[in-house]
Amino acid sequence: MDLIQYILLGIFVVATTVGYMLINNVPSRLHTPLMSGMNALSGVTILGAILATATALAGDKPVTGYIFGSLAIILAMINVAGGFSVTNRMLKMFERKKEEDE
Amino acid sequence: MSNIMLLNISAADILSDPVYYALCVILSMAVLLGIHLMSKVEKAHIGNKISALAIALGIIITLIKKDILPVWLIYPGMAAGLITGLILAKRVKMIEMPQLVALLNGIGGAASAIVASFAFLVLYRGNELFGKTTASLAIVIGMITLSGSLVAAGKLHKILTQKPVILPLHQAAAVSLLIIILALVSLGGFFNFVQPSLLLLGMIVLSAVFGIIFSVRVGGADMPVTISLLNSLSGVAAAIAGFAVTDILLVSVGGIVGASGLFLTQIMCRAMNRKLLDILLGKTALKDQKSEKKEKDEKNRKVKQEKAEQESSARQQEPEEKLAAGKEKAEKDRTAETEITEEDTTTKETEPDDPMTIIRNAKHIIIVPGYGMALAHAQHLVKKLAGTLVKKSAVVKYAIHPVAGRMPGHMDVLLIEAGVAFEDVYEMDDINDEFKEADLTIVVGANDVMNPAARNAEGTPIYGMPILNVDQCKNILIFNYDLKPGYSGVDNPIYDRKDGVWIIQGDASVTLAEILNKLQ
Repeated sequence: MDLIQYILLGIFVVATTVGYMLINNVPSRLHTPLMSGMNALSGVTILGAILATATALAGDKPVTGYIFGSLAIILAMINVAGGFSVTNRMLKMFERKKEEDE
Repeated sequence: MSNIMLLNISAADILSDPVYYALCVILSMAVLLGIHLMSKVEKAHIGNKISALAIALGIIITLIKKDILPVWLIYPGMAAGLITGLILAKRVKMIEMPQLVALLNGIGGAASAIVASFAFLVLYRGNELFGKTTASLAIVIGMITLSGSLVAAGKLHKILTQKPVILPLHQAAAVSLLIIILALVSLGGFFNFVQPSLLLLGMIVLSAVFGIIFSVRVGGADMPVTISLLNSLSGVAAAIAGFAVTDILLVSVGGIVGASGLFLTQIMCRAMNRKLLDILLGKTALKDQKSEKKEKDEKNRKVKQEKAEQESSARQQEPEEKLAAGKEKAEKDRTAETEITEEDTTTKETEPDDPMTIIRNAKHIIIVPGYGMALAHAQHLVKKLAGTLVKKSAVVKYAIHPVAGRMPGHMDVLLIEAGVAFEDVYEMDDINDEFKEADLTIVVGANDVMNPAARNAEGTPIYGMPILNVDQCKNILIFNYDLKPGYSGVDNPIYDRKDGVWIIQGDASVTLAEILNKLQ
């Protein structure tokens, strides 16, 4: 294993632990928006999709690579856009009701 | 990579390695900050925007750092995904959130599996054990997430049956499949003699099959656990794919998602008093012996209220499906439901009070909504009823059980959408002591979450499950579709209580409207 891989493992452990602790504080009434927000975050795999597609385009099988790479980009982007947008829609609902009440 | 780098050297120069790594750490922290802000309802929307911004910046710095900015071929895909995602988010109804989340879990898993497949094929020629193993694992987890989520979404969307499907030798098949998959993963890591594309295909197909086997046997009420778990897996797949392609942001953000999903899964398991392994291994609440018991109890009830049973016997098999069948049927049943309502109130004539008097005089009311309310689309009526009662200067609160609905927090979102103020919505632990002081508890489409059998009926699936203390309330008004046991198959003793319990059977959207009419 290279140094970068140890660093990645370290980052993984820290991010997981801190994330786990923070999510503990999220009230259960926000668990649905939290989950759809997590959907959006799991779309971060778009970074890998972009990288893979660009690499494949420069490789020896550019067409196959491009097709599958684009598929990954589309899917990941649906997650990012759809996830954040629907989460925003729900959280705005929570906001609106509060203002009406005041 | 080197070819691309020639295209634009200057862009990458802006981001030297230390700057790029620092930015990755900052963006990861921004995502954590976004999640931290989700702990307060008032700040949650800011948190969401910060997370969104972090991912957008993450995409941009990746494009710059890896010199992909001028590779215009990647942009059509991004645009297509963006538009599809936005349309999906705009069109989805709040009651459909569980299936949307399930679908997005699957999509995320699929994307990670594809990314990992690229890494797998590129790395295969080398002796990179770490890279190959992580790529294989990401493919496997991503594909399990994809097929498992599609099955879950299909069940939630009622395309597939909601009942657990148990195949012959289900458990044995699942375990042996898992062993074969793990064997393939280690094969990919340690040996180079197998055709890489064959190995890849094998992992993809077998993992997909495993995902289906795992998901088909999960029944309706176990869905919150399943969705949370798949949510976690979609993050884990992304993180492991991040290891394979050596991307810091992918690893950190994927790890955060994985941890959060795991945490929610634990909460759900605790709230249902189920072990995660039992749910995964398909030890569902619906077992033969229980359905026998159910039938026996059904018979007992028939004596008690033959007429009501007759009315509903035609619909007994699948109450949920029928309930959702819509207004048309509800209207048709309207006369029948009225009869039941009247009969119910007349049989209770010996009681000193009738439910209407109780409702009119109650000053402290707790409403317990369950998934039945959502199925009957009765949340607006519930809110209306609460509004009417508040006008009569009553205090009305909502009590939500953690596993009410089909995903964590689903019931809250539905109530908020109907216009209920979130300050009036209480979590179980915050309101459970109030039931004994309240004048009246109104239950709408909930059963297992308030079943006192959970406290003492040892050996039943719900034993030990924390419940809402509805039974401690002196007056309980229940709007349920029927008196059949809930998903757990355990009878609810509240139904047999003599004093202070009024049960109004039927479609809550009809029965609630009637009560509302009488009140006004």
